[in-house]
Amino acid sequence: MASRLLGAVVPWRSSATAPNQGTAESWSPAGAGSPEPYQAGEIVAEVSDLGRAFGSRWVLESLDLRIAAGELVALIGRSGSGKSTLLRALAGLDRDLTGEVSVHGTVAVAFQEPRLVPWMRVLDNVGLGLRGPNPTEMARGALAEVGLQERQAAWPLTLSGGEAQRASLARALVRDPSLLLLDEPFGALDALTRITMHRLVLSLWERHRPAILLVTHDVDEALALADRVLVLGDGHIAHQSRVDLPRPREREHPELVSLRNRLLTELGVDMKGPTA
Amino acid sequence: MSTTNPRSPAVGAVPAGGRLAGVREQPLDPRRRRSGARGWTRLISPLVLLVIWQLVSVGGLISKSKLPPPTGVISEAVTLIRTNSPAYGTLQHALLASLERFAAGFALGAIVAVGLAIVAGLSRLGEDAVDPLMQMIRTLPLFGLVPVFIVWFGIGQLPKLLLIALGAAIPLYLNTYAGIRSVDPRLLELSRVLGLKRRELLRRIILPGALPEALVGLRQSLGVAWLALVVAEQLNTNAGLGFMINQATQFLQNDVIFVALAVYTILGLLTDWLVRVLERRALAWRPGFLVR
Repeated sequence: MASRLLGAVVPWRSSATAPNQGTAESWSPAGAGSPEPYQAGEIVAEVSDLGRAFGSRWVLESLDLRIAAGELVALIGRSGSGKSTLLRALAGLDRDLTGEVSVHGTVAVAFQEPRLVPWMRVLDNVGLGLRGPNPTEMARGALAEVGLQERQAAWPLTLSGGEAQRASLARALVRDPSLLLLDEPFGALDALTRITMHRLVLSLWERHRPAILLVTHDVDEALALADRVLVLGDGHIAHQSRVDLPRPREREHPELVSLRNRLLTELGVDMKGPTA
Repeated sequence: MSTTNPRSPAVGAVPAGGRLAGVREQPLDPRRRRSGARGWTRLISPLVLLVIWQLVSVGGLISKSKLPPPTGVISEAVTLIRTNSPAYGTLQHALLASLERFAAGFALGAIVAVGLAIVAGLSRLGEDAVDPLMQMIRTLPLFGLVPVFIVWFGIGQLPKLLLIALGAAIPLYLNTYAGIRSVDPRLLELSRVLGLKRRELLRRIILPGALPEALVGLRQSLGVAWLALVVAEQLNTNAGLGFMINQATQFLQNDVIFVALAVYTILGLLTDWLVRVLERRALAWRPGFLVR
């Protein structure tokens, strides 16, 4: 059965993670390239021998994964490969698991659909369930960080797709998570908005340094953002690549081009055909 | 009986939490303008009817004692307000007695209905315990129960209150229960991620989520409850609009009956309007939400 160890084990903002000014290499703690380059003390999420069956079909099977504090991990996979199942397991939303999932510290989720409560104004959405001395002020600050302070009194259904996603990000960030789970949050956005959102996520990540697991089906998105790209296949992490390039990254950087081809091959895309 | 307003938001039409595709493409203004313009034209046919009624009655086509003219009804109402007759008392006194009866019965029914809906909506056990009974009671003919209520509770105030309460409770229960059950499961999942306490979940997510349907139920139950009041007041009353009607029947004073009927109608319209105001305030978060 899954065990969840919530409660602060790692003070995630402590010196355990060196603040990083934009280059991926500068903070990767240990020998990059080895599959588990992190020391135990820095792990915020650990999944071992995870399994999840729907009926007789095992979507996840003997899956192992560790996420280090402050690490930005992208998880890609074909549709139906179990990406969201893994994310839900980490979020504590799935009770029918085998194996072990442990997360140290708080977890926050931004869902694919922003999932704002439609009858609560944006500010109240961000502050929903927030504990602390002054939740409203905290929520206001988070909205300002995502550039949405002037929409704080708006009803969620009047927001544009990008605005709603930013509000959802603010709601996740204001909880000061040690692990932030992003479930294809930019999938429904247009290309321009998506680029803006990528920049926003990176700047927020650089400022707050949560570990992030970004679930996406977009290889380019994964390559633009992540320290490490995981490919989910056959129910477990079938492949992983580190991306040690400074951000913002040039899409046509030779290293990224070859990585992209590699990942697409891992995903089973025929590289001789039209590229994704 | 008032039925579901076709413009009332059908639940499920708004995927709560999701975005409402196309809604913002429907600007508020044209509908508002249309409703304003149509408000006028819709008044024509009722006014024509009133004029015909007046002419028919005054012209002697139908005797004034059978069908008093609108002007006669109004002047009778004024008389009833101004004079405290031994047969009827005053209109305002009768109105107050009826309102009290209605309010007590409705409040009783509404509290029980919402309470049961929460119990049935929130737990499987509660659903099994409550819902089959309510579904059974729903099929009973409300006014067929009048004789039974007289046998059980006599002819005092109690059977009247219970009849109104029962009439109010059924639609309110059914709609509130359905509303609670239709709350978007994704929002329930969200509240788990956000670590909401049970009380917060109920207050911030479940009850507001059930509100649109509960308000539809409220409007229906008000309609049924007014009807129940009218029927209950025929029984045996010594105060109220029904008492007035009973007295007038004995004295063959049709104009008094018409006054009482007009007051019933106005009260019904008034509560309907109140619910609309409530809806407009409570459901302001829906883009394009307009109840006329």
